[in-house]
Amino acid sequence: MYPAPFRYHRAATVEEAIARLVEIGEGARALAGGQTLLVWLKMRFDEPTDLVDIGRLPGLRDIEQEAGRVRIGALATHARIARAPLARQIPIVGDCASGIADNQVRSRGTIGGSLAAGDPSCDWPVLLTTLDAEVHCRGPSGTRTLPADGFVQDLYATRLEHGELVTGVSFALPGKGSAGAYVGFKRCAPAFPTSSVGVQLTLNGDDCTEARIALGSAGLTTIRAKAAEAELRGRTLGAGVIAKAAAAAAAAAEPVADQRGSPAFKRSLIDALVKRGVEVARRRARGETVEVSHEYY
Amino acid sequence: MSTTEAGGRIAIEVTVNGTRHRREVEPRLLLVQLLREDLRLTGTHIGCDTTYCGACTVIVDGEPVKSCTMLAVQADGAEILTVEGLARDGELHPLQRAFSENHGLQCGYCTPGMLMSAHALLARNPDPDRKQIRKGIQGNLCRCTGYHNIIAAIDAAAAAMREGK
Ligand SMILES: Cc1cc2nc3c(=O)[nH]c(=O)nc-3n(C[C@H](O)[C@H](O)[C@H](O)COP(=O)(O)OP(=O)(O)OC[C@H]3O[C@@H](n4cnc5c(N)ncnc54)[C@H](O)[C@@H]3O)c2cc1C
Ligand code: FES
Ligand code: FES
Repeated sequence: MYPAPFRYHRAATVEEAIARLVEIGEGARALAGGQTLLVWLKMRFDEPTDLVDIGRLPGLRDIEQEAGRVRIGALATHARIARAPLARQIPIVGDCASGIADNQVRSRGTIGGSLAAGDPSCDWPVLLTTLDAEVHCRGPSGTRTLPADGFVQDLYATRLEHGELVTGVSFALPGKGSAGAYVGFKRCAPAFPTSSVGVQLTLNGDDCTEARIALGSAGLTTIRAKAAEAELRGRTLGAGVIAKAAAAAAAAAEPVADQRGSPAFKRSLIDALVKRGVEVARRRARGETVEVSHEYY
Repeated sequence: MSTTEAGGRIAIEVTVNGTRHRREVEPRLLLVQLLREDLRLTGTHIGCDTTYCGACTVIVDGEPVKSCTMLAVQADGAEILTVEGLARDGELHPLQRAFSENHGLQCGYCTPGMLMSAHALLARNPDPDRKQIRKGIQGNLCRCTGYHNIIAAIDAAAAAMREGK
């Protein structure tokens, strides 16, 4: 269970971390909370020559609001976000943060690491795609901002270049009538979800003017269910309309068979989760307080 | 930037159960190995290779963590509480007493981790309901008890602690 030997560097600044990652090249990895990377090293799925510890970099764990936008630093842990006032103010954020793994993993794992891992089972890329968020990056050639939608490109592959770090994410505060829910199903708290779904709707009564739906653990990357969104946009929510959207989301998924279930099982799960997510979003849009997150038994 | 050479060691300082320790460690040394093999605090257990079981749970700067999934170098400068730090002057901690009185353990393998997760829960929420207790130990697996008595024990300990016992 022990990692192979590696050199360890503790960076004092973002610039220093980037410079060291670039200088070492291929064999170097950034280390944030370690809740993905250390698991891989222990299993010897990955054997980097060098770890550049970015976990103590200053100024990257704040959660702020300014000019109608929320900004979360890359090193903010799942637990910190789950406990922040933001988690109650924008319940879909709380659903996601508090549903990830278990208390111990949430103490260490970070939102930046969840994005950079490029893992289709990680929840933050799904939530951030649902909220149409931006990912702020800094690398050897400067800073750039990428959409969360499409940030995870393939299994364990993101748009980050070598030596480039995620420094934070930002998204617009949901406007009037806009509400969402993040729901998932997993076998137990420390397990990755079997499937998860983010839904954000803009409603005027039951008339849906805008919809975004993203799926996690539903294929090799985060999947945006555009056909499902189109079933809701411009329609009045009712059982028939919601069922069509859920079916479209299940059809958009590309689940693979693994120990968590068969593709058919996962599609029926996604169908049910979309229905639940839409229902919760609708109730929240009406001002109800609804507690949801990942379900497990 | 502090850095190590290949196979080199790095100096760290940790405070464990109130005692400060300085060590030169290999970067790949896991916190659980530092605790068990170097500091000989074997109350913290290892139950899996996959960050699932929670037997290795300790409290680092107030937060419960799985010490099998944290490098010792990441704990440099931290205050750590392990199960050995719960009892005071030969007196069991109320959580330990409640686990004993409520049959909150059978083989005892999961118990140190359960105690530390319960400790972290009660530090934030001294009066949890049963659902909150279940969520508090969601990252700890027990293969013996069926959890029922563990939950009863945490509930009893919380009540005792609120009464200052
Ligand atoms: C038992 C268990 C259950 C879990 N269950 C869930 C779950 O239900 N849902 C979920 O979403 N996640 C789950 N996770 C994963 C967890 O959320 C991780 O914390 C997260 O995926 C990685 O964040 P980290 O800070 O620990 O990153 P690390 O493990 O430190 O790094 C992960 C990868 O990202 C890179 N990296 C990290 N930070 C940055 C950065 N700022 N810029 C560029 N690259 C970076 C690293 O080089 C590495 O390649 C689980 C993990 C475990 C161990
Ligand atoms: S030993 Fe199982 S989670 Fe650490
Ligand atoms: S008492 Fe045996 S594993 Fe919990």
